[in-house]
Parts: sequence; structure tokens; C-alpha cells
Amino acid sequence: MTLREKIEQAAARYPDQRSAIMPALLIAQREHGHLPGPVLEEVADILGVERIWVYELATFYTLFHTEPVGTFHLQLCDNVSCMLRRSEDLLTHLEEVLRIKKGGTTPDGLFTLSTVECLGACEMAPVMQVGDDYHGNLDVERIDALLARLRATVPETTGADLAAAEPPGE
Amino acid sequence: MYEPVLLKNVHVPDGHLLSTYEAGGGYRGLAKALKEYTPDEIIELIKRSNLRGRGGAGFPTGMKWSFVPKRADKPKYLCCNADEGEPGTFKDRIVMERDPHQLIEGMAISAYAIGAEVAYVYIRGEYVLAIRRLEQAIAEAKAKGHLGTRILGSDFNFVVHVHCGAGAYICGEETAMLDSLEGKRAQPRLKPPFPAVAGLYASPTVINNVETLVCVPHIVARGADWFRSIGPEKSPGPKLYCVSGQVRKPGLYELPMGIPLRELIEDHAGGPPAGRKIKAVIPGGVSAPVIPEPGLDIGMDFDSLAAAGTMLGSAGVIVVDDTTCMVKVATRIIEFFHHESCGKCTPCREGLNWVVKVLRRIEAGEGAPGDMEQLDMLCKGIFGNTFCALGDGAAMGLRASLAHFREEFIAHIEERKCPFH
Repeated sequence: MTLREKIEQAAARYPDQRSAIMPALLIAQREHGHLPGPVLEEVADILGVERIWVYELATFYTLFHTEPVGTFHLQLCDNVSCMLRRSEDLLTHLEEVLRIKKGGTTPDGLFTLSTVECLGACEMAPVMQVGDDYHGNLDVERIDALLARLRATVPETTGADLAAAEPPGE
Repeated sequence: MYEPVLLKNVHVPDGHLLSTYEAGGGYRGLAKALKEYTPDEIIELIKRSNLRGRGGAGFPTGMKWSFVPKRADKPKYLCCNADEGEPGTFKDRIVMERDPHQLIEGMAISAYAIGAEVAYVYIRGEYVLAIRRLEQAIAEAKAKGHLGTRILGSDFNFVVHVHCGAGAYICGEETAMLDSLEGKRAQPRLKPPFPAVAGLYASPTVINNVETLVCVPHIVARGADWFRSIGPEKSPGPKLYCVSGQVRKPGLYELPMGIPLRELIEDHAGGPPAGRKIKAVIPGGVSAPVIPEPGLDIGMDFDSLAAAGTMLGSAGVIVVDDTTCMVKVATRIIEFFHHESCGKCTPCREGLNWVVKVLRRIEAGEGAPGDMEQLDMLCKGIFGNTFCALGDGAAMGLRASLAHFREEFIAHIEERKCPFH
């Protein structure tokens, strides 16, 4: 399915096209990795809604990224339940091994490191979301093993190469 | 020994599949509702059960449903609030991941009662597994005739759509959730009109939490008296408790409403780590004022906790042991509220920004004389003066921390460092 078809299918669930902006942005972000201006305008055109409505949602909700993020977006929870189980130590460790600060992306484009508010998985605190998956009961060893596993899924290439190899968007 | 009802399928392999759910008696509540009850009789049944909303406010569910006009020239909507964002809360995620049909059945019965043919589940965008499982379950239920047109041979038609949120805590506030569903920035609305009269697309709308809705099939199947036989008379029923933080067995526990907090933590969640003592407990997510250790002999129900100056909220129980700095905990909580403030009203948007600055400098050992008074003043300026409960929750929680652990704050200022570092 094309981006337009996916968005139109999602929009059929609502009596008002404006309601479909959020689902459309999630679909577009899944396709493009992030939501630069031209993508936001494409979403507005497909739905036939005001561009400002699309811009305001893309900048209000934290799951939408208007700037590029790495192939793997490491989203470490640092809210209270994770903090009480030493998520700070994991942040320090991640900053050291990836040689980036919180909010940064590794030069190869593989990893972006963020802290996020409660992920709703406090039974397995400290917890981190990477892409669609939650990783819980984390400690330094498990973080290292996870990073190695993630790196192994993109063999002999880098995130930057991968991005360049993708077919251009419509 | 309490026998779990709501979590019965959660530990069953393939508990998320229709076949498993039906094998355990699933969808019999819906069949019974459609066959034996009129919509009004369902509302009466839920009223008699004394079911109170599990999202945090504890409003009587049957009464909420009865506010929906019987005759309306617009379609009515049911919305399920699955935007579980209260820190320390994870019950709805686990239910939707492991037993999504229970929610669908609860929604179908609730929609029948209020006369809605369309429902939206507003679910956290982060909950990817729960979203997949729920969509899969909706497809299965549709194929089996539990959703769709003329359900189980009745003249009741009903569809459920999943709507993914995108990371805004404020969507837990029901009118902000409605604005978000309408494709706007999530900001709370002025009430009245209440959603039951003019909610989604200005149509009559009921918004219920996941856990509230999953209680419904069991009340229909087993009766209102059964429900009222569990826990205290005024807030009865099975209850999901999320226990996290500094305990040996963090997890989701289903127990009767009103169980003593100490029993929940010590007997079920394993108590604090070896060699440590409990210092304080947040009983209902970070909006709920903290209870210092001597206060743990209290029933975990709406009325008992309200009488003690705190609240059941989302029943996200966060346990803090004696190695932890309460200033640090309070700072982290206010940072959260500040981050999630929607920006609509000044006391919340600006006040919390100011509180964060003062708390951070106290925790860093840079607090000044007069900072305590400034925090007191800020709490007073925020509480009762904000558009919705977000600002109130932040101020209430901070007030409790300042009252119960004042000497810890003062020690930071006087010693010019955090005594726990």
C-alpha cells in the first residue's frame, strides 16, 4: 500500500478527517523515520486539512519527531519507579559506551539516546523502549548485550548507509 | 485465599486469543446481557453493583452512564481511556496485552447499555504489543459475530476502533482526550457541558477506564451482589494494584478493594530489599500524596485513602525505602508534571516551572533560606487555581512531601548538600 492508501484507510474510522491526523502522522513516521516539513505537508494534502493543524500536532505530541533519529532510538525511562531502581546508572553507562550525551545521536546514525517519562512497565523497572519493543529489568550487562544484538541486526553497514540505500519517498 | 477474576487469563498461555477467552467462559456476559437485559436494566445493574471508575476519580460508573440522554439526534460514543500515563501504573497495559477480549466484551456490554454503536480505544502509542493484540482481538471478535451488525442475533450493532495516542499524559484527562481524538492538541475543556451530553464531536459520550470496563462482563455474569460482596460496601469489587519501586517483588496484583496497604506490600510484593526499611509509599500514582511508613495500615479504597488526605488514583503503588532522598523523589515528580503540563493555564505552566527550579537547587545543595516558604507559596498559588486536575495533583503531592519530610528539605538547605549522597 502507498502512504496515501494507508492514511485513507485509517481515516475511514472517523467521521471527521481532522481526527485522522494523529494516525496519519504515526503511519508517515513509521515510513520516513521522522516527520520533516514536506512529509507534514503531504499528510495535510492527503487528508485535505489545514497544514497548521498537522504542524501543531507534530510539535505538541512527544512521540512525533520532526528531526531525524537514529536507526535505534533508545528511550530510557527515568521516572520515579525506574529512578528508584537506578536508571541513572544506566544512563551514565549508555552515555559512556555510546560516547554521546542524552538527546544525541552516534555519528554512524545507529543510536539516538533519550530519556522518557513513565513507559507504563514499572513491574520490570528499569525499562527502556527501543523501536516497538520494551526491554525490562535492565542492568549494565543486559544493556551491553542488547546493544550488541542491535548492532548485529545491521551487519557490515552503518545506519547512515542504510538510510542512503532506502528508495526515495513518494 | 482470593481467587483472581480480572487477571484469570493473564498467566494462561495464549490468553489473548479468542479460543482461550471463550473456553474460560468469555463472551457469556455479552450473550446474557443482550438476551436477558434491556439497556436500562444493565445501567441499573451496574448502579446496584456500586462499581466506581478505576481511572482515578472513582465516580460511580452506573450513574455516569445514566447521564447520557435516552433520546439524542446525534450518534452516541463510548471511549475507552487506555492512555495509561500515570507514573507507577501498568495494569491496563497488561490486561490489553494478555486478555484483550475481556476489554472488548466489557465495551460491547457498556455500549449496549448507553446506546452507542461506535467506540474508540484511546491507547498509548508506546504500547505497541497491546495495540497489536487489541487489533487482532477486534478482528477475531468481528469474525465470530461478537462485534459488527446484529450481534448474536440481536438488533445491536457495534464496532470498536483503536486510536493511538502520541505521548501526552494530559490525555488521561477525559476532555483533553476528546480534543485529541478530534485531532487537536490535547487540552482540557471547560465543563459543563459534560461529555455525557456533549463529548466527542459534540455528541453524547461516555469515557471509561480499561479496568472499569473489564469489571462489567463479570458483574453481568455473576450479579451485582457478588461484586458488592468483595471489599468495602461503598467501593467494592476486585481491584488491580500495580506495585513498583523498592520492593522485592514488583508486579501487578489482583486483590479485593480495601486491602491494607501494608499487607499488599509486605505479604504480596515481598517487602523492601533486605536490610532496608520502608520510608514512604505513594499509593495511587505520582498524583497521590505520599504516605509516610507509620500510615501504611490503611485500606486501599477510594474512601479510606481520601479520608487520610491522599487518594487511590490509579492504584500505582510506589514504594520508597530508607536509602532514598525524598527531595530527589519530589523533584522528579514535579519535573514530570512540568514536562506534561499542556500549557493552557498559567498557574500550572509557569508555577510548575518555578517549583522545578527551586527543588533542583535544594537537591543540588544550593538552596537558600526562604526556599521552603517559596515552595509553600507556590503550592498555594497552583492548588485550586488550575484548569484541570494536573496542576492540583502536582501541588497536592508536593504539599504532602513538604509536610511529612520537611526536615529532609531543611537539611539540604542547611548542610548545603544532599545528605543521601
